[in-house]
Amino acid sequence: MSIPANLRYTESHEWIRKEPDNTLTIGITDHAQEALGDIVFLDLPTAGRSVTAGEEVAVVESVKAASDIYAPVAGEIIEANSAAIDSPESVNSDPYGAWLFKLKPANLDDIDALLDAAGYAKVIDEA
Amino acid sequence: MPKQTPLYALHLAAGAKLVDFAGWDMPIHYGSQLEEHKTVRADAGMFDVSHMLPVDITGAGAQAFLRRLLANDVAKLTEPGKALYACMLNESGGVIDDLIVYFFASDDYRIVVNAGTADKDVAWMREVARKLPSGGNVSITPHRDLAIIAVQGPNAQCKVWAALPGTEAVTAPLKYFQAARLDDLMVCFTGYTGEAGYELIFPAERAASVWQALAAQGVAPVGLGARDTLRLEAGMNLYGADMDETVGPLESGLGWTVNFAADHDFIGRSALQATPPQRQLVGLLLEDRGILRSHMRVFTPHGEGETTSGSFAPSLNASIAFARVPVAVAIGDTVEVDIRGKRLPARVVKLPFVRRGKILV
Repeated sequence: MSIPANLRYTESHEWIRKEPDNTLTIGITDHAQEALGDIVFLDLPTAGRSVTAGEEVAVVESVKAASDIYAPVAGEIIEANSAAIDSPESVNSDPYGAWLFKLKPANLDDIDALLDAAGYAKVIDEA
Repeated sequence: MPKQTPLYALHLAAGAKLVDFAGWDMPIHYGSQLEEHKTVRADAGMFDVSHMLPVDITGAGAQAFLRRLLANDVAKLTEPGKALYACMLNESGGVIDDLIVYFFASDDYRIVVNAGTADKDVAWMREVARKLPSGGNVSITPHRDLAIIAVQGPNAQCKVWAALPGTEAVTAPLKYFQAARLDDLMVCFTGYTGEAGYELIFPAERAASVWQALAAQGVAPVGLGARDTLRLEAGMNLYGADMDETVGPLESGLGWTVNFAADHDFIGRSALQATPPQRQLVGLLLEDRGILRSHMRVFTPHGEGETTSGSFAPSLNASIAFARVPVAVAIGDTVEVDIRGKRLPARVVKLPFVRRGKILV
C-alpha cells in the first residue's frame, strides 16, 4: 500500500499536497481507492466555493457505494480536476496523480495539524 | 461465524475480496468488478452460488403441494427437466421468496431458493405441507451437500462442454429454462445475467475439481458485485431489495409469474385479487451524470415512488435502477430522482436494459 512521505493525510483518507504557490492539492489515498473498488463517478466542488474544515465537498462513487470527501482545512476551492471527472477510473490506477480538487487554505498553518505519512500508516493499520 | 462454501479456499487463493452475504463468506470480486462484468458480457465467467439451497420435493403429493405453495403453476411443467420461475407468497400476498422449480416427474421436483431466505423457506414449506391432509404426501429435502456453480456468457456453454466431458451430448438440445441430468450432475440452462450459460448443481465434494476444470478452459471467476450489476442490466429482481414479504409480485414486475387459472388455488391468491396493484416496478435510465442507488425518492407527475435497486451499469456506461412508482407512470416518461439532495432526470424504460450482450434501451 503506497503512502508517499511528502504528503499530508486525514483520518478520512484524503491526501494533501502543499504546492510551491501555497495552494493545496487534494485526492484520496491508495488505501481508499482499494477499499472503494472500481470508481465510476466523481462529484467535485466548483471553484469559488468557501469551505470549512471537515465539510463534505465531494463524492466519489464506486460500483459498490458512494463515499463523501471532506475539506481537510478551511479555505476556498480554486479548481476541480476535470480530467478525473472524465475518467474516474484514473483515481484507481493513479490515486496520487489523479487529484480531485485544489484549495486555497484560509490559514496555511492549518496543515501542520494533519497527519504525516507515519501517522496515516498507523490509522490504516488500526482500521 | 460466517458459513463457507466448498470453494472458499479457492476463492482465497484467487485473491478474492470476501464479504458477509446472508451469513456466508462470499467473494464480492477478485480484483475488478467492472472487468468481471465485462468478461461475462463478452466471454464467460463463473460464480460460486453454493450458498443458494436446492430443496427436493418428492412424493405422490408433490405436484398438488407445489400448486398450493407457488404462485406460478407447476402443472404447466410436463416435459422432464423443464423449469419455472415462481414466487412463494404468504397469505397476504407478500413474497416469501422467488425461486426456480425444476420438474422431473409429477412426484419429483427440485427447487432452488435464495441463501438469505433458505431456513425460512424450508420452515414455511414444512408448515404448508403439515396443514394438508396426510402432510401433503410429500418429502421436503434440503441439500446442503450440493454445490452450485453458474457459468455465464456467450462462450459459457462451449467452455462447460470442454471442461466437463459428456455434458455436450445431454445439454446441446436444451432450450432456455430446461435442465438435464448426467449421473449426479444437473445442468440447467438458466442464469442471472441475461447471457446464455448453465447453472451446474452437483455433489459438494467435486466443487473444487469442477471449478478448476472450468478455470482451465479460461472461465474467469466472477464475484457477487458483478452478479448484481449483471442481473440489474438483465432486468432481474433481487429478493430483499426489489420485493419482500411486505410487497406482492404484481407490484414487483412479477405479474407474469402469477397464474390465476381457475383451478390454481395458491397461497396469497385471494389477497392479490382483493387489492388491485397501485404501484409497478419499472426501469430507470439516468439522463445525467450520477449514480442511482436503492431507496432514492422518485418524483413523477402521478406521485412519488422509490428506487429499489440501482447502480452504475458497465455495459451502458450510465446509471440504471428499478423503481416502484404509481401505475399511471408509462414507459418513456421522464421522472426525477433525488440523488443526495439533487433532483436529476431519469427516463422510464422497458426492462431489460441488456440481453444477450445487446443494449436495448
